Amino acid sequence: MTAAHSQLRDLGLLPRDAEQTELHPDLNRAHVRFINLGKTYDGSVHALQGIDLAIQRGEVFGIIGRSGAGKSSLIRTINRLEQPSSGRVLIDQVDIGDYDEDRLVALRRRIGMIFQHFNLMSAKTVWQNVELPLKVAGVPKPQREQKVRELLELVGLQDKHKAYPAQLSGGQKQRVGIARSLVHDPQILLCDEATSALDPETTQSILGLLREINRRLGLTIVLITHEMAVIREICDRVVVLEHGRIVEQGPVWKVFGNPQHEVSKTLLAPLQHGLPDELQSRLQAMPASSDAAVVLRLQFTGSATDEPDLAALFGALGGRVRLLQGGVERIQGHALGQLLLAVNSSPHNAEALRNRAGRWAQQVEVVGYVV
Amino acid sequence: MWFDRLVQGALDTLLMVGVSSLIALLVGIPLAVFLVTSDKGGIYQAPALNRVLGAFVNLFRSIPFLILMVALIPFTRLIVGTTYGVWAAVVPLTIAATPFFARIAEVSLREVDHGLIEAAQAMGCRRWHIIWHVLLPEALPGIVGGFTITLVTMINSSAMAGAIGAGGLGDIAYRYGYQRFDTQIMLTVIVLLVILVAAIQLGGDRLARVLNKR
Repeated sequence: MTAAHSQLRDLGLLPRDAEQTELHPDLNRAHVRFINLGKTYDGSVHALQGIDLAIQRGEVFGIIGRSGAGKSSLIRTINRLEQPSSGRVLIDQVDIGDYDEDRLVALRRRIGMIFQHFNLMSAKTVWQNVELPLKVAGVPKPQREQKVRELLELVGLQDKHKAYPAQLSGGQKQRVGIARSLVHDPQILLCDEATSALDPETTQSILGLLREINRRLGLTIVLITHEMAVIREICDRVVVLEHGRIVEQGPVWKVFGNPQHEVSKTLLAPLQHGLPDELQSRLQAMPASSDAAVVLRLQFTGSATDEPDLAALFGALGGRVRLLQGGVERIQGHALGQLLLAVNSSPHNAEALRNRAGRWAQQVEVVGYVV
Repeated sequence: MWFDRLVQGALDTLLMVGVSSLIALLVGIPLAVFLVTSDKGGIYQAPALNRVLGAFVNLFRSIPFLILMVALIPFTRLIVGTTYGVWAAVVPLTIAATPFFARIAEVSLREVDHGLIEAAQAMGCRRWHIIWHVLLPEALPGIVGGFTITLVTMINSSAMAGAIGAGGLGDIAYRYGYQRFDTQIMLTVIVLLVILVAAIQLGGDRLARVLNKR
């Protein structure tokens, strides 16, 4: 937990004026802030507990967690589809806790939202769906038409305006959802598992569109997902939620390169290359004989030009080094790499190998032994 | 002579069913909307009022039409001034049809995906916007289907009303067919009723299909 973070927690208990003046400047510029937020259902089920978080203007902020971790509840407190039980939500430094219907309606028009199941009106055409938020806001027809046309163009669906949602593919439906969420020129876009019902290819195109919107319109995107791949693709920062609490947070490359919490590791597992099955079956916890190979897993995080010097690494390990698996991913200009090595007939024992490899990697793990 | 009587009977039946179903439609939809939105978790949450109204609707729904008609005679006299004829039949028919239709419409309204209501709230809809732009349009095909069922049920009930003096096809079938053993008139009335019901069902189904974009 960072210093600013704990400071935030302390200050959440102070009266508002004191807090306004003493806060860290970054926090005063925060677009969305949660202060000691809690949500309890039926008096006993804690969906959210002690959430302190600041989301900066213009960033793509990811909230990840397993199902039931409280992601949905958390994102919904931003537009008050969910009423927090305790704590506060500040948008542009304004507490939205006591908003009445009029102010909530105005607030929600500044915040767009898209959904996992798109939630388009089945009885309305694409055009009518996108037009609806403007219509209920009393925007005159000529402006409505111009805005709808503009947005359908942005999402690439201008030729589908007469279609009904049932006639569209999942990706097209989500594009309509995105167009609809942007008609009021919001400053914040909430994405509730927006790609979870889509196939991988469509997911990529929707994420691409979201990134483009983030850059072109400069709006803050808050997204929740249970897929690490989505976070890697577009997020700047991420928090990991478990049982309604924040268990880990930071820039995406850091959390990816060096996950601290068990949940983060579990969520990352599908993205990491595990041992090949064939090797896994032969793996032993203790060396069966003196000529057994030591299997090492090296993980490194660095700037993009910082990949380890393999010749030097192999030299330091000594003996016969075989590469079992390896890969480098680039996230936000950082290289995240993993090497899986089997070392035979080295003069060093497993512990010494681990220490020696440590010069090139942040994390070295002795996975086991194979004959 | 008997042909004129049949035409008059058919017109009476249409008038009875038409007027009372129109009232049932106008009262039943707001009633259904209220039953849905005032329920726990609804957008106009008022559970106590919801239960009272729900119980009231159930009360009228559980009384067989024949008995309801007789029980309502004093009320009917108060409203239309007579207990005989087409207009007197409209009162019990309306009172039977409204809760019936409201319950069917309620089911359609409840089937509207909660996600759509959430999306509407998120885009800045007020509560009446949600009713007008989301709940009613999304439930419309189901409501049309429900109204078709209501119409058919009311033709059934109107025949019963006919038997106690309201006029219409039921009255003719009862007097000529049952009391005078005039099989020809009886069969003609049956054919007319079958045609009427088939036409309503066909029209309703077609309209519901056109409206359903899912």
